[in-house]
Amino acid sequence: MAVRQADFRARAQAALQDDNLRDALDKAKGGFVDKRASAILDLPGFETLRERGRQIKDHTLAHLDTYLETFEQNVERNGGQVHYAADAEAAREAVLAICRDASARQVIKAKTMAGEEVGLNEALEHEFETVESDLGEYIIQLAEEPPSHIIAPAVHKTRAEITALFDRHHHQREGGPLRETPDLVDEARGVLRQKFLGADIGISGANFLIAETGSIALVTNEGNADLSTSLPRVHIAIAGIEKLVPGLEEASSMLRLLARSATGQQITAYTTFITGARREADPDGPEEFHLVLLDNGRSRMLGDEFREMLRCIRCGACMNHCPVYSAIGGHAYGWVYPGPMGAVLTPMFQGLDKSRDLPNACTLNGRCQSVCPVKIRLPMLIRRLRDHEFEQRLTPTGTRWALQAWAWLARRPRLYQLATRSAGTVLRTLGKGRARRVPLAGAWTAARDLPLPSAGGTFQQRWRAARTSRGEQA
Amino acid sequence: MGEAATNAPRVGLFVTCLVDFFRPEVGFATVNLLESAGCHVDVPEAQTCCGQPAYNSGDLDDTRAIARQVIETFSAYDYVVVPSGSCAGQLHKYPELFAEDDDWHRRARDLVGRTWELLSFLTDVLAIDPPETPARGCFTYHDSCSGLRQLGIHGQPRQLLAGSPDIELREMDDSTVCCGFGGTFCVKYPEISERMVDEKIRNITATGADTLLGGDLGCLMNIAGRLQRQGKPVAVRHAAEVLAGQLDTPPIGARETD
Repeated sequence: MAVRQADFRARAQAALQDDNLRDALDKAKGGFVDKRASAILDLPGFETLRERGRQIKDHTLAHLDTYLETFEQNVERNGGQVHYAADAEAAREAVLAICRDASARQVIKAKTMAGEEVGLNEALEHEFETVESDLGEYIIQLAEEPPSHIIAPAVHKTRAEITALFDRHHHQREGGPLRETPDLVDEARGVLRQKFLGADIGISGANFLIAETGSIALVTNEGNADLSTSLPRVHIAIAGIEKLVPGLEEASSMLRLLARSATGQQITAYTTFITGARREADPDGPEEFHLVLLDNGRSRMLGDEFREMLRCIRCGACMNHCPVYSAIGGHAYGWVYPGPMGAVLTPMFQGLDKSRDLPNACTLNGRCQSVCPVKIRLPMLIRRLRDHEFEQRLTPTGTRWALQAWAWLARRPRLYQLATRSAGTVLRTLGKGRARRVPLAGAWTAARDLPLPSAGGTFQQRWRAARTSRGEQA
Repeated sequence: MGEAATNAPRVGLFVTCLVDFFRPEVGFATVNLLESAGCHVDVPEAQTCCGQPAYNSGDLDDTRAIARQVIETFSAYDYVVVPSGSCAGQLHKYPELFAEDDDWHRRARDLVGRTWELLSFLTDVLAIDPPETPARGCFTYHDSCSGLRQLGIHGQPRQLLAGSPDIELREMDDSTVCCGFGGTFCVKYPEISERMVDEKIRNITATGADTLLGGDLGCLMNIAGRLQRQGKPVAVRHAAEVLAGQLDTPPIGARETD
């Protein structure tokens, strides 16, 4: 899908005023953070596992060409087909071509962030009846919205909103009574069951691609991916090239990290390894298996200073622990990847000029890095993007001037001290202790008082005065 | 201020631009704590700012120029002590600015080896006994992000405050979550910052504490300013003020009449 970068500020503003969103985010935040914390307490070696996760990903990325080749050979040996897609358009075309070749009419989809990234749904919906089978994805598909979280795409929706959506789409009615969650889940399950049975094509993502076996690993808590990939005639998986791991051993380490970091589970309800299409002796499974391997900017990142972002396993822990994400939710970020990982990935995939607010709307507090299962230095990467903005003159002119004026003064200590003394004297005339309104500080005083400088001058001024009066050299 | 022995560690105080300008009391409390612990404290005149606003805005040339100035200014001290985790953390980042300049890289690393945030310097280097201060009341502590995650400061302030028999420390929920200050963030995205500081204030007031302490003036000014705008009667101070027993000045942003 296209980036809706135009106005981060306006979307953030709207989000801050949305009480439903706030309730939903409050609930989600507590749940994810507490569950992760307790899952990690139960695994004393978690820090060691994080380090192993980092090493596995770094090793794979350093030898990605070899592992890609091995993976492709093994997929083909198992009767599958690999399609390389250089960009989003190529990925959409590859999927559409497979669907057309299979004379498909109905497509059932399990959740795939790579699919979201390339705007797969919009492309498919023109030609095929396309239904999302992950409950969260199904809800936002009905609402015609993008996901607001990478593992809980409808986290921003309240039960009342979902009741209204289901009433409208399933019963063509408005204003029905608020329904209980199990009732809503049962209803979705009933609708989706028919879609599973009728689909010609099943599309999934892949949490990991396993080079040594040519398998893909999929984790869900709903089992929808298993139905999507086993009932239809054709299974298409789409995944970024960075999803590779060398073997099953490494995949199992990564799975332990992923489940705990994402949902605080030891293991997700369904963890499935899929190797090729149906074999002769298999009781079920698709006739064809296709894997669309997506580059879309990733190989460029391999060669630059943002390579470590390719370690990302899309667990969502960074956004769950991000106080900015908790304040504004995922839609404010304007594209499919929100939160800290999105603040790096969106500029990487869509261009810094189209997402220049994202690296700035961050306090660099570092909580994301402290929970990242593969130790991505997110604050460092986010801050590096600011260097690029400054170099490319994307930093607003006013900000540049203010910064450079400040820096000019900071390099001239005597002048600096004169300036701070005078400024202090001026500020102190605005009130006692604090001021509600301060010229040029409207952004600060909109919501806060400004504590005013204490009486008696700057520290430097007072320190030197005290030393002089003690008879020492100032 | 006591006279230190001749073999006393020579400490250069990097007072930080915010303390220098808004709250000199924190600077004096810092000197007091260091001198009581037997240090010889000096305040070199050529100091201004650590360069963080430029660094965090991507202006690397200016950051380097400021970093060189700080490195020069503090080259002669055994230790450089900073009453802020954020600014001390910035000095710790200097070496990466000079990846392509061996000489300055070496000098920057040398500075890093000598640079400490105040509270962790008192516990981890000087190993002082927690001072017994006359402070009394119910306190809660906000862990500022850079100090916590970059420099590992969490237990140190609590250990130091434990020396005062009349201080009750009540931990707030999410004491380690950002208050929404974030340097220029709070004026670039004031509405998001406001939501974040409101969340912090909800956790502070839920403890029932009468005073909030922290180790970074930026965060403390942000929280104090918002508390005062909301008319909430929680006093805010830098931990150094309390540890130095320097309680006669009004809390941050407070009026004599508050």
